[in-house]
Amino acid sequence: MSYGDYGGRYVPETLIPALDELAVGWTAAQADPGFAAELDRLGREYGGRPTPLTLAERFAPGKRLFLKREDLLHTGAHKLNNALGQVVLAQRLGKTRIIAETGAGQHGVATATVCARFGLECVVYMGAEDMRRQRPNVERMGLLGAEVRPVEFGTKTLKEATSEAIRDWITNVETTHYLIGSCVGPEPYPEIVRELQAVIGREARAQVLEAEGRLPDAAIACVGGGSNAIGMFAGFLDDAAVRLYGVEAAGAASLGSGRTGVLHGARSSMLADEDGQIADAHSISAGLDYPGVGPEHAYLRDTGRVEYRAATDEDALAAFRRLAETEGIIPALEPAHALARAAELDGDVVVVCLSGRGDKDLDEALAHL
Amino acid sequence: MTKALVVYLMAGTETPELAAAAVAGGADLVEIGFPFSDPLADGPVIRRAAERALAAGMRTRACLDCLAATRARVDVPLVPMTYSSLLEAYGWERFADDVRSAGATSMIVADLPAGDRPELERIQLVAPTSTDERLALAAGQTDGWLYLVTLTGTTGARSELSPALAGLVERARKTTGVPLYAGFGISTPDHARAAAELVDGVVVGSRALEVAEEGPAALEDYVRSLREALDR
Repeated sequence: MSYGDYGGRYVPETLIPALDELAVGWTAAQADPGFAAELDRLGREYGGRPTPLTLAERFAPGKRLFLKREDLLHTGAHKLNNALGQVVLAQRLGKTRIIAETGAGQHGVATATVCARFGLECVVYMGAEDMRRQRPNVERMGLLGAEVRPVEFGTKTLKEATSEAIRDWITNVETTHYLIGSCVGPEPYPEIVRELQAVIGREARAQVLEAEGRLPDAAIACVGGGSNAIGMFAGFLDDAAVRLYGVEAAGAASLGSGRTGVLHGARSSMLADEDGQIADAHSISAGLDYPGVGPEHAYLRDTGRVEYRAATDEDALAAFRRLAETEGIIPALEPAHALARAAELDGDVVVVCLSGRGDKDLDEALAHL
Repeated sequence: MTKALVVYLMAGTETPELAAAAVAGGADLVEIGFPFSDPLADGPVIRRAAERALAAGMRTRACLDCLAATRARVDVPLVPMTYSSLLEAYGWERFADDVRSAGATSMIVADLPAGDRPELERIQLVAPTSTDERLALAAGQTDGWLYLVTLTGTTGARSELSPALAGLVERARKTTGVPLYAGFGISTPDHARAAAELVDGVVVGSRALEVAEEGPAALEDYVRSLREALDR
């Protein structure tokens, strides 16, 4: 897959053979109908797919605003789609140990969950600051048998957790699969994560057609690394009439106010200074608090196919509260950014990726509301 | 044949003086780290040194000045070692040109594997995980010598020399006649001596940075202990 000049494999030599092996294994898995069938079965029987599409009439009066309910997927977020797919892939590659990074903890929980389900050793790297603000997810990972390793340096958030996971992978590459949580990292990861999350867009497209008899005018999703968004967009990229919107946290707008740089193995847009040093991101939402973004998003921004907007912490908190009060759904703070921009979009029929539920965010949100 | 001794220092105001001390102790080549905020190939010692250097303002321009100042103090080859993000921001070719103008002999980009941007002349790294095909690719593209990463892991002192080095050297010798220097995990005179039985040079990084914090005299003594072990 090509993303213009974005993407690539900017990693130490030690990892190149493992990335080659992963690419070969991924190509073989995609060509094997058994792989797709197993993912489909796991998605239905274990994950709870397909997730519903819910019309949010009270949240957005006068519009046909639909929520794609990834919050109802097992573990409470879209991250399970990717974790299930990659753990099956890792088993095909003969790996016995799984490592992951996590920001909000949703990807860590999804990874710990699939490792428990398949009996694999699991280590999750998490910034100490994120462990503080996403305590319930730390406890869930422990209960699921994963070891959560705090990362105590730098920003103590997702950026450093990702770096430490990559360092672990460099050290243990022969036994270990790095189950990256977003459409970032060296090739072939952005493509793998996109394809495993594309189920969101495929289902949403069919469900909107079923409900409305036509395609939506717009689809919108939040973007941190960008995996739920790329999964949603994948269903509509070929439908030129469907406008696509990504929403970044205003303090972590890698696409809106970033520049081209190299981080975590890929060339993409990111928050960096003029010397290429990566800058700190700031967001109330741990899942969006990341200075980089998947290379395909940078490409889609440049081509104009997707428009990227920003929402502030305050915007997200207001949407968080409003969805709870009007629809009885408590969203995660991450998709609350997409909700904040969704109601103001032109067009009658809009589909929003509600990528996760907000239980994990109650302490943080209530402290600010 | 005399074995080459390479010492890694982080760019900073003290670097020219430290480099002179390392050369006085017997270093044949000095690597100068241009710090990056997210150094994936590095363990805690070099990562922390990079954080401190960045906090002290060692951005690319200052690093080039540091390189030139070091060039004025010592006659041995100088090799900047850094990460792709700095080159992306500065301009890939412009970076290569400017480090040479400032006195560098070559450079190392830790996250730019062989095969990528072949026009950018640099010292290539290979690792125990590298296939024979990749060894040949890296050896064919490398600038002067081939950097053998002794272990699957990041930079940093280890208690023993990696057992993976011997197999890597054997494979590399079958592939190429370029000099082979080994680095990552080499910290003591005994490690250096053992590695030098296999290769043409050794690179000492994390431990050298720790000793350098005690000043030039301590660094010179440490480098001399390595030199003596290599010449024994």
